[in-house]
Amino acid sequence: MYGALWRVLPGPWWVRLLILLVLLAAALAALVFWVFPWVDQFISLQEVTVDQ
Amino acid sequence: MVGIIGELLITSGLVVLLFIGWQLWFYDGIVGNELQQQANAQSQRWNEQAAATPSPDPSETPDPDEPSTDAPPVQAAPANAQQFGMLVVPRWGADYYRPIAQGVGVYDVLNKGELGHYPSTQMPGEVGNFAIAAHRTTKGGSLHNIHELQLGDHIYVETAAGWYLYSFRNLEYVRASGVGVLDPVPQDPSTAPSERYITLTSCNPILTSVERIIAYGVYEGFFPRDASKPGFGAPQEIAATVTGTGAA
Repeated sequence: MYGALWRVLPGPWWVRLLILLVLLAAALAALVFWVFPWVDQFISLQEVTVDQ
Repeated sequence: MVGIIGELLITSGLVVLLFIGWQLWFYDGIVGNELQQQANAQSQRWNEQAAATPSPDPSETPDPDEPSTDAPPVQAAPANAQQFGMLVVPRWGADYYRPIAQGVGVYDVLNKGELGHYPSTQMPGEVGNFAIAAHRTTKGGSLHNIHELQLGDHIYVETAAGWYLYSFRNLEYVRASGVGVLDPVPQDPSTAPSERYITLTSCNPILTSVERIIAYGVYEGFFPRDASKPGFGAPQEIAATVTGTGAA
């Protein structure tokens, strides 16, 4: 999967690395700012009340 | 094919690890800041209301650091999930300022990070027990440092009317079924209350829900919100917090 991605990307190795880093940053940003907050509202691992 | 599945599994494992770190160390702070801003905005609105409607009996307590020991005003219970107050605890830092909402619903109150008021218990300043619950970690962790309270620590509950001062008395650890902590006289259901208590509940040990940690306080006095006084009558100890100037 990641090997195929590497081969598909154009340019010399440092251009590919740059593109990969940008893609990685975009994926992380999407996770941290949208996906994680959305998932978090469904996850309630701790109970803080009595008799609940 | 096997290689692709393996890479997907490794990737999802890393994402889950990232999520846990994000939830524990990153999002907690973000939610905490949002809650603090909500509290500051609410206090500001109440100050503006107080300025618009001058107090009918001004300067009953001339010194802003001298709480009134008369029976304080008691607000009617608000609708479920509605914010009606804030918690200020100097022990937890000058930037600790969190909203209190009615009810202990997991999704409509507690998971937003707000402190939730057990609707079966009394309101702030009422004779009996004002009991609230909140997360200790994640979702803003509004009771993160509940175990750090020390005898006599001040616990302020702010409402539109002013600031109710309770002083911390002791911690207790109970099972999840320990509803006695919500009694009007905590753990003494057969006694009619003559005093005013505050009860904070959260999970214990930290990060788990095996037990509940309970913090009790007793009522000390009331600081009315009064536009004619410096800081609208807020106790000097927490003035920086409630005006937002103590925010880190």
